[in-house]
Order: sequence, then C-alpha cells, then structure tokens
Amino acid sequence: MTDFPPDSAVICRDLCKRFGEVRAVDAVTLALRRGECLALLGPSGCGKTTVLRLIAGLERPDGGSIAINGRTVSDAGIFVPPHRRRVGLVFQDYALFPHLTVEQNIAYGVGQRADRRERVTAMMALVGLDGLGGRYPHELSGGQQQRVALARALAPQPDILLLDEPFSNLDVALRRQVREDVLRILRQTGVSAILVTHDQEEAMSLGDRIALMFDGALYQVGTPRDLYERPSSRRAAQFMGDANFVGGQAQGQFALTALGAVPLAQPARGPVDVLIRPEALALDTAAAGARAVVAGQMYLGAWQVVWVALAEGNDTLKVLCPPGVTWQTGQAVHVRVTGAGIAFPRL
Amino acid sequence: MAVPLTTLVLLPVGYLFVRAAEVAPERAFSMLARPGTLRIMGRSVLLMSSVTAAACLVGVPAAWLTVRSDLKARQLWTVLLALPLVLPSYVGAFALLGALGQRGIVQRWLLPLGVERLPSIYGFWGAWLALTLFAYPYVFLSARAGLRGIDPALEEASYTLGRSRLATFWRVTLPQLLPAISAGALLVALYTLSDFGAVAIMQYNVFTRAIYLRLSLDLDQAALLSVMLVALTAVLLVVVALGERRRGRYYSRRAHYRSRLVSLGRWQPLALAFCTLIVTLALLMPVGVMTYWLVNGLQHGETLRDVLAPLQRSLRASALAALACGVAALPLVWLQVRVNSPLAHLLARSAYLGYALPGVVVGLAFVFLGARYLGALNALFGLGDYRSLGLLVLAYGVRFLPQALGPARASLLQVNPHLEESAQTLGRGYLQVMASITLPLMRSGLVAGVALVFLTAMKELPITLLLAPTGYDTLATRIWSASNEAFYARAAAPALVLVLLSALSLAYILEPDD
Repeated sequence: MTDFPPDSAVICRDLCKRFGEVRAVDAVTLALRRGECLALLGPSGCGKTTVLRLIAGLERPDGGSIAINGRTVSDAGIFVPPHRRRVGLVFQDYALFPHLTVEQNIAYGVGQRADRRERVTAMMALVGLDGLGGRYPHELSGGQQQRVALARALAPQPDILLLDEPFSNLDVALRRQVREDVLRILRQTGVSAILVTHDQEEAMSLGDRIALMFDGALYQVGTPRDLYERPSSRRAAQFMGDANFVGGQAQGQFALTALGAVPLAQPARGPVDVLIRPEALALDTAAAGARAVVAGQMYLGAWQVVWVALAEGNDTLKVLCPPGVTWQTGQAVHVRVTGAGIAFPRL
Repeated sequence: MAVPLTTLVLLPVGYLFVRAAEVAPERAFSMLARPGTLRIMGRSVLLMSSVTAAACLVGVPAAWLTVRSDLKARQLWTVLLALPLVLPSYVGAFALLGALGQRGIVQRWLLPLGVERLPSIYGFWGAWLALTLFAYPYVFLSARAGLRGIDPALEEASYTLGRSRLATFWRVTLPQLLPAISAGALLVALYTLSDFGAVAIMQYNVFTRAIYLRLSLDLDQAALLSVMLVALTAVLLVVVALGERRRGRYYSRRAHYRSRLVSLGRWQPLALAFCTLIVTLALLMPVGVMTYWLVNGLQHGETLRDVLAPLQRSLRASALAALACGVAALPLVWLQVRVNSPLAHLLARSAYLGYALPGVVVGLAFVFLGARYLGALNALFGLGDYRSLGLLVLAYGVRFLPQALGPARASLLQVNPHLEESAQTLGRGYLQVMASITLPLMRSGLVAGVALVFLTAMKELPITLLLAPTGYDTLATRIWSASNEAFYARAAAPALVLVLLSALSLAYILEPDD
C-alpha cells in the first residue's frame, strides 16, 4: 500500500465509481499535500470531475476510501454528507445563487458567526470585488462571477478547495488574467486545492504537481517538469505538449535513428520510438544533421513552427525555430537534434 | 391581415365597455355601491385566493415527489396526477354532488348506519373543493417543469457550503422555484375567477354566476358586473407582472446532469397515501360516480343514442374553432416573432386578452353585439335569432386564440430565421418559404395549440349556453341541463364521453416526460 504523509489534506485510496457499465473512476489512489495545488489533468470524459465530486461527497463511491485532513469521510459503511465535509467547491458554471446578492452569496456558507460581516468583507477584498456586494450575479461580468464563486467557496474557511474547470467559461483574453489572480489568492490563503482541467498549460501554470488521468485511471503524478520532461508513457508525452516520435535502435546512452544518434535521457536498449520535443530540434541550411524538406510553416511572432519531411523514411517532424530566419515550403534543409530524447519500447 | 384579426378579438370586449358606459352614472354608482355587489366581489376574491393557496399546497409537494424523490411508480403518478386537467369543473362539481351531496352515493351508503343527512356541500366549501381538485394540475405541471429546470449545481453548491438538505430546499430550491409556482398559481387564479360551471352547480354567488343570473333580468347590471370582473382580472395580472420584473434573479436551463433522487425512506408510505388521496378525490371519484350513474341510468331505460347528436355538435363547433384559431395564430405569431416593431408587438399582445376574459364575459359581449346588430340583420332577412353557429365559433375563437398562440410562438422561436433567409436567397417567395420551410418546422407547436383549443372549446360551458343556436345541444349544455334538473343518470353519458375525448387530446398537449 502506498504510504502518504498522515497529515495529507486529502488521501484517496482505490477510489472507484461506475455509471452503468462505464468505469468513470477506476482504482484511483492519490494524495493532496497540505498547502499545495494539485492539477487533475486529462481529456474530457476521463473521470477527473467525478473524482472531484466524490471528494466533495456529491457522488457516492462504489469502492475505496477518502480521508480529508486525516478524517475518513468515505469508506465501507462511512459516508459523510457534503455539508459536513468542510470542502469548498468552485463549479464550472459557478452556480451562483441568482436570487441572492454578491454579499449574500459569499455569506451563505459562513453561518451565524460573530465575525460574519468581517469575513465577508475580507473575502470581497481578497478577490477584488469591493463595492459590488449589492449586485446580483446576472449584473456581473464572467470574470467577476468567477471571483464571487471563489470567494464564496473560501469564505467558510474550508479544509480543502476544489476547482472544477474554473476558467473554461471565460474568453481566452480574460483567462490568463484570472488565472494569475487565482494563483495569487491560493498562495495568499495557503489553502490546499485540487484543480480539474483539460488544459495542460493551465495545469502547468497553476499546479505544484499534476496528476494525469486517462479513462478513469491515474497515469502519472509529478511536478510539471517531471511530466513534460520524463513522461512515463507515450500517451502522457503526447498530452503534455507537442511530441515527435522517431523510430530507432537504442544502444544504451543513445539511439540510432533517421536523425542520426540521439542522446537519451535514460539509457535503453532494443527497438524504440524516441520522443523529441519540437524545441529540441533545430534547422540548418549547412550540411549538418539529417536531410529534409520544409513541408509547411507558421509564423507566430516570438517563434515559428516549421514542419519538415525527412528524406529518409516518411516521418514529418514539428520544429520550433527562432523567428529570425524565413523558411520556404519546399526548401531543402538539415535537421539537428539539440536536446535529449526519451525512448519508449516499440510496441 | 393581423390588424383586422386583432380588431375582431378586441371588438366585442370593447363593446362591452361601451355598453356599460351607457348606463346612467347615478344608476351605475348605486348598483356598484350596493352591499350585494360588494359581497360578490368579496366572495370572488375569497374563492380565488383560497383555491389558489390549496392548489399550491397540493401541486408543489406532488411535483417534488414525482420529480425529485424516489416515490414508487413515479411515471404513473405523474400521469394520474395530471389527468384531472381533463375534467371540466362542472363535471367535477356534478360528480362531487353525486358522491357527497344530499342525495349522493355516500349518503345512501351511510343511511343504514343512521346518518340521515350529510352536511351540505353547496356554497363555498363545495366550490372550493371542486375548483381545487380540478385546477391544481396547473401548479403541479408548472412546478414540475420548474424543478426540472433548476441547475443541480446550485443545490450542490449549497451542500458544499455546509447547508443541510432541508436548509438548501428553503434557501435555494424554493426561491428558484417561485417563478414556476407563481405561473401555475396565476393560471389557477384565472381559472377560478373565470369558472362558471363549478360555482353555478355549487350555487356560490361569485361574479360569473351573478352575471349569468342577471342576464335575463337586468342587462345593465350584467354589463357592469362584467366590467368589474375584467377589472379584477386586470389587477391580478398587473400584480403578477410587477412581481416578475426581477427575472434576472432566476435562471433555468437544461442541466447537463440530473439531480440525484432523494430517498424517502420511512416517509414512502405517507407520500403514497398523499398521492392516492389526491388521485382518488380528483380522478377516481368523479369517473367512478359518473360510471355508477351511467350504469344506473342504463338499467332504468336511458340509452346511449341520445349522446350521439350532442357529440357531433360539440365536435363540429370545437373543430371549427380550433381550425380558425390555428389559421389566425400563424400571421399573429409570425408578426410577433419575426417583425420587430412596437405595433406588431401591441397587436400580437392584445390577442392574448382572451386569456384574461371569463367565458361568461365573452359570451355576454357577443350577446350584446349580436342582439343589437346581427339580430336586426337577421330579422331583415327573416333568419330569426342572432344566435348562430358562426357566432359561437367566433366567440370560442376570441376566448381561446391565446391557447393556440402560446405553443405556436414557442415553436416558431425555435426555427432559426437563417433557414427562411436561405430559402429566400434560393429563390422562393414569402408564401413559398412559409409553406415549405416555416410551417413544416413549427408544425408540432401549431398542432399542440390547435389541439388545446379543441379540448377547451369542447369543455366550454357559458359561451355555449349563451350563444349556441336554439336546439343546438352540445355535450356541455346537455350535462349542464341534466345536472341542473338532478337527472344525474342523464348527465353521466355525455360527461364520460367528454372526459374521454379530453383525455385523448391531452396526449397531444402534454410535453413528453423524458
């Protein structure tokens, strides 16, 4: 059995949830460390939202256990209902109470405490909503609604905060700004949080660690750097960013491929597919590296993306280039490997 | 086209006001200030509010049980609880009398036990019971739709914020449900204000019955009372419209997932008992009583053949009215949805007036118009009375047009205007576009509206009583006269036929459940 520090904010063991025939969550074992933000990342329908709802108590697991701050809230014969779990949840569509003002929404979970007013005022200041307390949700912009949802979830001082795709309803321009705000608020309050997202950039920028899920199962947990640079599977590698795969023979520290000898991050032997990220490749007009032809290019300002077809074999690679040089489609070039590759045994 | 249509709808009611204004002011004032008139007003308001309150107390819990709890056989209960909608109030009231009245079935059963006389159910309690039992489905259906429209995430958010299920119901669910409940309650209130059958049979003197009784005695007073009733209805509508201003504070949308059902646990038997009681009183009892009287009548020489002619007349008049409303609804709805001008909105809106007009008032307005103009015309050509099938259908149309407009409008709103525009750019003229694109796409709404008009026109009593040509007995008037003379056995057959036909057309109207 995996050992987690006993003071972990959340510990899920062998968590299972079926919907009819579908195994939405399949034996997920996972811990949230105290004070960290864990990004639960995966494509839509992979079961990440269900994990969140199981932790919040909105769904009953079919198996496994959940403990929050050392207290078992779900296990065989134990089920603590959601309103006794001290879990804050920010819904994807915010679920603000439309008949209550901003202030009443934030105060809703605080209860009849002596410092109720101060608490609400402090939360409004924290998320930058001063002066909007009397408004109704429909009178707010999407970004403001998002901040009310966050303030409302944080106001009762929950043990953990759960965020379900919190930025998916915002337009792209706003998303980056709100993301930074949320990061600041999470750091400031020091709350332990789980963030569900399908956007790897979002997961990398907000998550101290990332838990990667496919088809209801957990694939890999680690820091953003771990997952990007040392993906444990082909699927993880593809989901965490653009990936080129080149076939070859691994011979210990390097692999022989159409691109020549590619250094490997970890030694391997035998037939492999080598993962090379686009930024670990460079183009050259001089005769250094493998011969190729430019198949297409896209200029993006700070950099440009160039697709090249290798002369040997029929692989097309994606290369991230500095913006200075102009590459023409059809132009003959040479491709060099500038970083290390990761070998995955050929299937 | 829409302008003459709207005029046609507004004309009779407008004329009613003209007629009331013709009464000499002193006489009018003394009539209005009379204690009898005030009592009528008081009784109307009392009946309306108590029926509405009771309908909410029955309809909202029933809706919650069938939508959100694990009540056994929820689908079946949903249908059974909605079915009393097909019972016209006068059939229901007459069945109540047949069961609980002083010559009713319960009395007969109790006689051997030494109960000589049941307490009378005539008056307020009888009218209240009858109207509540047959009007609560409006609240039930509306609250059901409301419950299904609430985003489950709102309640879940409340749970995660530490509120229990009960607290969440009071503080989140109920406030969100209010618009749906008040929409249903408004329908019940309008139903009660405009109902003639139940209050007439239970002999409770509210506006509609008073107007009908005055008709043969004092037309001035009937006109004044009608204007008062219309004013009361208008006040009600304005109050509700003011309450609806805060629309933005509610939202309803199809949620992407369903709320989990609440387990009733040991409350299950109590919930089942509640549903059984309602269905027994509002459905089984009336149908059972009528069947009892039917069998009783057949044994004593009544025949079913007498029902055929009234049935044919009912079908003919209702079908003509439904057809007319369907044809009229098309341009009005198109104008309202597609032509965005204030005049178009005003025209389309005023066609909804019929909603607020009790049948007695519409009937009376046509009586005035007919007596003054058509009567003279007919006399000129030797046609006799002003009453005619045409006038009857016209009055049905004025009263029930809004019921065709509602569903038609909803379905036209769902037709993307780009479809019509692309048909135009493909070379079709307006009429061709309407025939080939718009009509087929909004057919279901139009059919539902027409079916609704057909159903309600068939049940309509006061307009038929006032305007049907002499000798043109329909199912409704046949039931009315038979139950008036306490020939329960003779009323049973037409009543059962009417209920059966209504139940069939209801199938078109109710939204499919899942």
